[in-house]
Amino acid sequence: MIYSNLKTLSRALKEKQISSVELARLFLDRMARVNPELNAFITVDEEKTYAAAKTADARLADGTAGLLTGIPLAQKDIFCAEGWKTTCGSKMLANFISPYDAAVVTKLEQEAGMVSLGKANMDEFAMGSSNETSFFGAVKNPWDTTCVPGGSSGGSAAAVAAYLAPVATGTDTGGSIRQPAAFCGLSGIKPTYGVVSRYGMIAFASSLDQGGVLAHSAEDCAYVLSAMAGFDARDSTSLQRPQEDYRSRLEEPLRGLKIGLPKEFFGAGANSEVMAAVLAAVEAYKRLGANVVEVALPNSHLSVPAYYVIAPAEASSNLSRFDGVRYGYRAAEYDDLNDMYRKSRAQGFGAEVKRRILIGTYVLSHGYYDAYYLQAQRVRRLIADDFRAAFGQCDVILGPTSPTTAFKLGEKSADPVAMYLSDIYTIAVNLAGLPGLSIPCGFDERGLPIGLQLIGNYFDEARLLSVAHQYQQATDWHSRRPQGF
Amino acid sequence: MSLTPSEVERIAQLARLEIAPAELLTARQQLNGIFSLIEALQAVDTTGVEPMAHAQDVSQRLREDEVTHHDEDGTARARFQTVAPEAENGLYLVPKVIE
Repeated sequence: MIYSNLKTLSRALKEKQISSVELARLFLDRMARVNPELNAFITVDEEKTYAAAKTADARLADGTAGLLTGIPLAQKDIFCAEGWKTTCGSKMLANFISPYDAAVVTKLEQEAGMVSLGKANMDEFAMGSSNETSFFGAVKNPWDTTCVPGGSSGGSAAAVAAYLAPVATGTDTGGSIRQPAAFCGLSGIKPTYGVVSRYGMIAFASSLDQGGVLAHSAEDCAYVLSAMAGFDARDSTSLQRPQEDYRSRLEEPLRGLKIGLPKEFFGAGANSEVMAAVLAAVEAYKRLGANVVEVALPNSHLSVPAYYVIAPAEASSNLSRFDGVRYGYRAAEYDDLNDMYRKSRAQGFGAEVKRRILIGTYVLSHGYYDAYYLQAQRVRRLIADDFRAAFGQCDVILGPTSPTTAFKLGEKSADPVAMYLSDIYTIAVNLAGLPGLSIPCGFDERGLPIGLQLIGNYFDEARLLSVAHQYQQATDWHSRRPQGF
Repeated sequence: MSLTPSEVERIAQLARLEIAPAELLTARQQLNGIFSLIEALQAVDTTGVEPMAHAQDVSQRLREDEVTHHDEDGTARARFQTVAPEAENGLYLVPKVIE
């Protein structure tokens, strides 16, 4: 049962082959055995999980259950969940019990009836590409436990890859769903900016942050995204659009689909094994009836520099709320109010978070705002315009998700810039606000999964999921299991 | 460009982050590494390009200025203050600001 897809789980629950409580028990027992090795969860609360499962069983019994009612999931610890410890991977919030639910939690748990198995580990405040910046320790990649799972949604990815949860939520500011999905052999989608409410999702860079899903297949992603998306008046950037069923186009044939290959993504950037797997996927798409055109994203090399101005600027502003007054960590000893702020923040934040606050503070400070922040915003428009032009020639854009497969724990943690460059193909998508997903398309010679990135035009999630699903109907990369799991 | 140690201290002060003298060297080194990455932006001609603050070109939604949440059982303040480091009589406590 733990290896079943969501469609099968949904049917089994409806037909009473298994109850939600029994299903929760299967996963919780497995977590108790396997999680100590992987460290994929920060908080597990069996009592809460069973209580939610019982509620789901009642809904299944009285006929008010939906498609996802009773299905367990892992919640990234960036989503506030009432009564749950919500840490965002930081010492700053190590004891924070959320007094309210994020919109994603309300939609998936209260409304759809999914059952939370716990809060998944993550890079501190979602700042990282390896899950090594978490105050609660690094997460191991189930495909090779000496490797990172990617980040920042590394706990979510490891949990799903090791079958500790059938599906997990994630957030993606510069690649934080797609890169861990790639490193862990999963399917992960970041929707168009504004599709999933950010209410109760702890803010990193508000103009880039977007919630999404990590699962074993595009089809499973479509199930959960349909329940997760939707307008929310409490998020000022939530978009007013009709509710969508993202499964609606899954069976659409690929014949006539125009796939754009940006020449900048097929240069010297990615390693040869990644490139070979991505090119093999292009051939598979051609066999399925798609046409391929070359497109250009001439400013894509500027996306990492622009991102490392914009994201830290927004982060320095967002994280100013952590002052040791209303919630969060407060230093034990200090001289006066200012010293309390400085010590609480210095002790409560980890090194990467502090680095980004410092960069952000600098680029927003007097005399540098125009040269850095405004210039980065202008470059951001050039990058978005490149995509606009490219989508005039094609329906979806295809390339690698990450230049490499999962790297070793500790390999890049001393060199921030090397770490930042592992998001070189994903960041532009956030800057433009487009939907993007990653699906597995092969393995390297060490047996580590390789990710294929598909980028869609605004609001084209349903087509993107269909393009991924059709590939997964013809290949089996997504159903391979890591040895020992 | 390259930050001097005193510039790093000034930024840290603006950001309300204490930096120990021992951390200053590494912090400066790493920040300068990141600034050399960002430096690529300076060479780009962006004359006439409108800054893009947001992914979607939408304007801020407005609503009527009225109460949207009611604290039915009068417990909201207490619930929200249980997560505060120090609160008393419904107030957040901080070190004395005015002598």
